[in-house]
Amino acid sequence: MQPTTKESHHAAEAHEEHHHEELGFLRKYIFSTDHKVIGIQYGITGLAFLFFGFCLMLLMRWQIAYPGRSIPFFGPLLERMLGSDVAGGGVMSANLYNSFGAMHGTIMVFLAIVPLAFAAFGNYVVPLMIGAPDMAFPRVNMASYQSYVLGSIIMVVSFFIPGGAAQAGWTSYSPLATSIDTNGQTFWLIGMIFLITSSLLGAVNFIATIIQLRAPGMTWMRLPFFVWAQFVTAFLLLLAFPPLEAAGVMQLMDKVAHTSFFLPTGLSVSGQIAPISGGGSPLLWQHLFWFLGHPEVYVLILPAMGIVCEIIANNTRKPIWGYKSLVYSVLAIGFISFIVWAHHMYLTGMGTKISTFFQTTTMIISIPSVIILTCMFISLWGGSIRFNTPMLFVLAFLPMFGIGGLTGLPLGFNFSDIHLHDTYYVIAHFHYVVAPGTIFALFGGVYYWFPKITGRMMNEWWGKVHFWLSLVFINLVFQPMFAQGMAGMLRRMSDGGVNYSMAQNQGGVIGGLSDAMIHLNVTVSHAAWALGLAQLPFIINFFWSIKNGRKVTSDNPWESTTLEWQTPTPPPHGNFAHAPQVFRGPYEYSVPGKPRDFTLQNEA
Amino acid sequence: MSHDAHDIQKSVRRYLIVFGALLVGTILTVAVNAVNFHSIAITVAVALFIATIKAFLVAGYFMHLIDEKKMIYGILASTGFFFIGLMWLTIWAMHDFPTLAK
Amino acid sequence: MQTEILPYIVEPRKDTGLYNAKVGIWLFLASEVMLFGALFSSYILLRVGAAEGTWPHHLLNIPLGTINTLVLICSSVTVVMSWASLKLNQWSKYKFYQAITILCALIFLGIKSFEYTDKFTHYEVVLKNGTSMTGHVEGSPLFLNLNKLKAAKTESIGFHPDAHASGHAEGAKGEAGGHGEGMKIATADITKLECFGPWHSTYLAIYFTLTGLHALHVFAGACVIFAIWGPLAGLWKKDPERYTNRVEVSGLFWHFVDLVWIFLFPVLYLL
Ligand code: HEM
Ligand SMILES: [Cu+2]
Repeated sequence: MQPTTKESHHAAEAHEEHHHEELGFLRKYIFSTDHKVIGIQYGITGLAFLFFGFCLMLLMRWQIAYPGRSIPFFGPLLERMLGSDVAGGGVMSANLYNSFGAMHGTIMVFLAIVPLAFAAFGNYVVPLMIGAPDMAFPRVNMASYQSYVLGSIIMVVSFFIPGGAAQAGWTSYSPLATSIDTNGQTFWLIGMIFLITSSLLGAVNFIATIIQLRAPGMTWMRLPFFVWAQFVTAFLLLLAFPPLEAAGVMQLMDKVAHTSFFLPTGLSVSGQIAPISGGGSPLLWQHLFWFLGHPEVYVLILPAMGIVCEIIANNTRKPIWGYKSLVYSVLAIGFISFIVWAHHMYLTGMGTKISTFFQTTTMIISIPSVIILTCMFISLWGGSIRFNTPMLFVLAFLPMFGIGGLTGLPLGFNFSDIHLHDTYYVIAHFHYVVAPGTIFALFGGVYYWFPKITGRMMNEWWGKVHFWLSLVFINLVFQPMFAQGMAGMLRRMSDGGVNYSMAQNQGGVIGGLSDAMIHLNVTVSHAAWALGLAQLPFIINFFWSIKNGRKVTSDNPWESTTLEWQTPTPPPHGNFAHAPQVFRGPYEYSVPGKPRDFTLQNEA
Repeated sequence: MSHDAHDIQKSVRRYLIVFGALLVGTILTVAVNAVNFHSIAITVAVALFIATIKAFLVAGYFMHLIDEKKMIYGILASTGFFFIGLMWLTIWAMHDFPTLAK
Repeated sequence: MQTEILPYIVEPRKDTGLYNAKVGIWLFLASEVMLFGALFSSYILLRVGAAEGTWPHHLLNIPLGTINTLVLICSSVTVVMSWASLKLNQWSKYKFYQAITILCALIFLGIKSFEYTDKFTHYEVVLKNGTSMTGHVEGSPLFLNLNKLKAAKTESIGFHPDAHASGHAEGAKGEAGGHGEGMKIATADITKLECFGPWHSTYLAIYFTLTGLHALHVFAGACVIFAIWGPLAGLWKKDPERYTNRVEVSGLFWHFVDLVWIFLFPVLYLL
């Protein structure tokens, strides 16, 4: 049953010839309906936005470290591109800071991580893993990517309109969002509607594919954990995004048709009663936003956990410990994540009963997360671990996500959140989860699946350089923020909290920020820029290896058990040379009595 | 396909009955609305009750939910769960706020 | 040609008993439930949260709403009948039923846009002395307001106040002769002139948002049904089962749109 490498190559060539003739460049690379091409499109675009969003923050870090000073080299550039009213003399104005901040969040979450973790990896890997020839709806898949591109273009264009991009944070709270005098918010909302549409189309496609197109023998409990993670993620997107879409439409009406969905009676803007009908509710926006917002954080983390699980199993050469617990945990997370959202709103004047409810559900949802992490840790036990680059990233993920998750608990208790809410502590918390957490897992995934996609390995040595530098600097960036936050430094301050600290220190008022805390801003910023430099090895390695990396000598260079490695390399249109038949679970490594230390899922 | 030709004919009859019921339901909604129940709660309840029945008819018969596959039920049940969560928790949250102790 | 490689496009998969598109459309409808569900929840919250006595009642034309409800129900039954006709291999019946569906969609949208226009030509005017009236401006202009009057240097407007003192005249009834005497109002006397657009009140805001979104769905659904009915009809000859599935799937969407309206009608028109 198991195709040898040679055979599959032959079959691939035969297959290629069938399809080759009719596809022109456009159909093949731009308007492709092939899940692999779409996955790569998402991947490249997502990585580009990851870099872009990161650059925005690198610029903002200058303003935080050295408020009011001209940004060297890039400052004049900004002034030339965006005008002297927003970046006069190369100094980042407060408005520009707000724009960059809001767009950093939006770009990172909606244009980078979700497209990478869900759409890119999901598109490329899920159909291969379940033994399917493509996604269930190839044309819908293409539409999903195009909608994403359209949404991103709108977001990017909004930087250049008069008044600049949206400034009310990625959370876009009303009435602030609609009161700020720029059309950036309108662009943001329209862009979001396209992005949401893209995610919805993707989610429908993923779920239908996983339900319908599993290869014969690929039962639910034989699915690799990555597929389970994507399955739950797709459900989160499918059901949590529409309420935000509804909210987005309403805020758009507020902005464009001057309705008052989220604007209360008697609202005054710049000291004047706003000419609106009133009667709306600002809190309604927050509820609808966080109804998406919290499931969204699991959209960011679950695919990462899936990647981690695959790479750990592969490099410990051991079955994953507690596969069933993983599956049930991820399902539990999926369900509970819909009923914890108001832990982001403890300070909006919720009553004690409802606060207690959300506090309780928040504590409950941390249990399955801990189970997942524990399973991964135990899976390491007694393995003869291969410390290659993907594995290093994944090993780092475990403690980093641990830190992120544990620091979430004090935020989940309403009494401690009163102190921590809206401080740098929150920033540190979720960045530990998404940066050295999700992004590290994504890097691991890139190094891991690169040979399947390109037929070449990425350079190991430079991979390790990338890893160690990133690990050190990312901790230097985010660890100090916990301290700053606990000391009371608020987030979203265009001067890094300097004004706040001076005002508070007058008369020795308790709560003022010490100079040491303010000075940490400089440390963090330097670490951030160093982190930026640390990505150069990756970027160069990535592009260099596409052409010049070491060629793989087998379709299964990591000696993995799962189906995606049973295709020719790179997989042709239609993926499998022979339709696979599955006989066993996904992680049969080092099974006693077998000739090799890995038993393929499609090995009879 | 002949095996269900007969079934289809039977369903067609059912569709027409449902159609009639929906027409009646609509007229009823409007008629009942003209009645003064002296209570907003009852008025709302009656209107929504009729609407729900109509919705069940459409979903059950026109959309064939009466005998659909388990998978579809599963999807819809979880959707219902989350929808109720959204509505109920939001309404609860907006009506539970701290008050000064007396 | 890309899709040929996929299984279960026509025949159902054994363990689920479903073909791909059916899973797809139900998933899509699930997300639609959440979309309209969120808007309904917002409606409830805004309404419950509205200050006492500010939520308008019977601002809309009930007969028109009823007719539209009936129209949509008709279209729903013709959609399901057309599908059944295909199952029975009766092509011309299918064509006939689906033509009625599309016609119903057009009637629905026509009535809806009439209702919209009616709101956009219905005004509230507040005078310097504090009196507030609702009614129609002579010449039935759309979206008039004080700023536009001033910009156009209009000295005065002709105004026909609504007959009912309640100020909630229903457009069509008003048209039928319920108007009071026409009067002339000087622009200088007006402090506010606003038509019954979404900005006028929270109720109208949610009304326009919900029905607007719904109308978009009607439009999209009608387009899809039309496309399958007309331009894409060739598939029936080549692959009748696949064609029938398409009709079924588009029909499911259509029924959902009908279902949403079943709730919108009492909630917005009656309660
Ligand atoms: C494991 C248990 C977790 C708990 C108990 C938890 C708890 C919380 C709480 C209560 C907040 C709100 C803090 C505040 O604004 O005052 C918060 C913020 C946040 N969390 Fe978590 N969290 C957890 C995991 C995660 C995960 C897995 C992610 C995503 C990858 C994440 C991402 C975020 C984000 C993005 C924010 C900030 C939202 C904003 O902009 O205000 N968290 N977390
Ligand atoms: Cu949360």
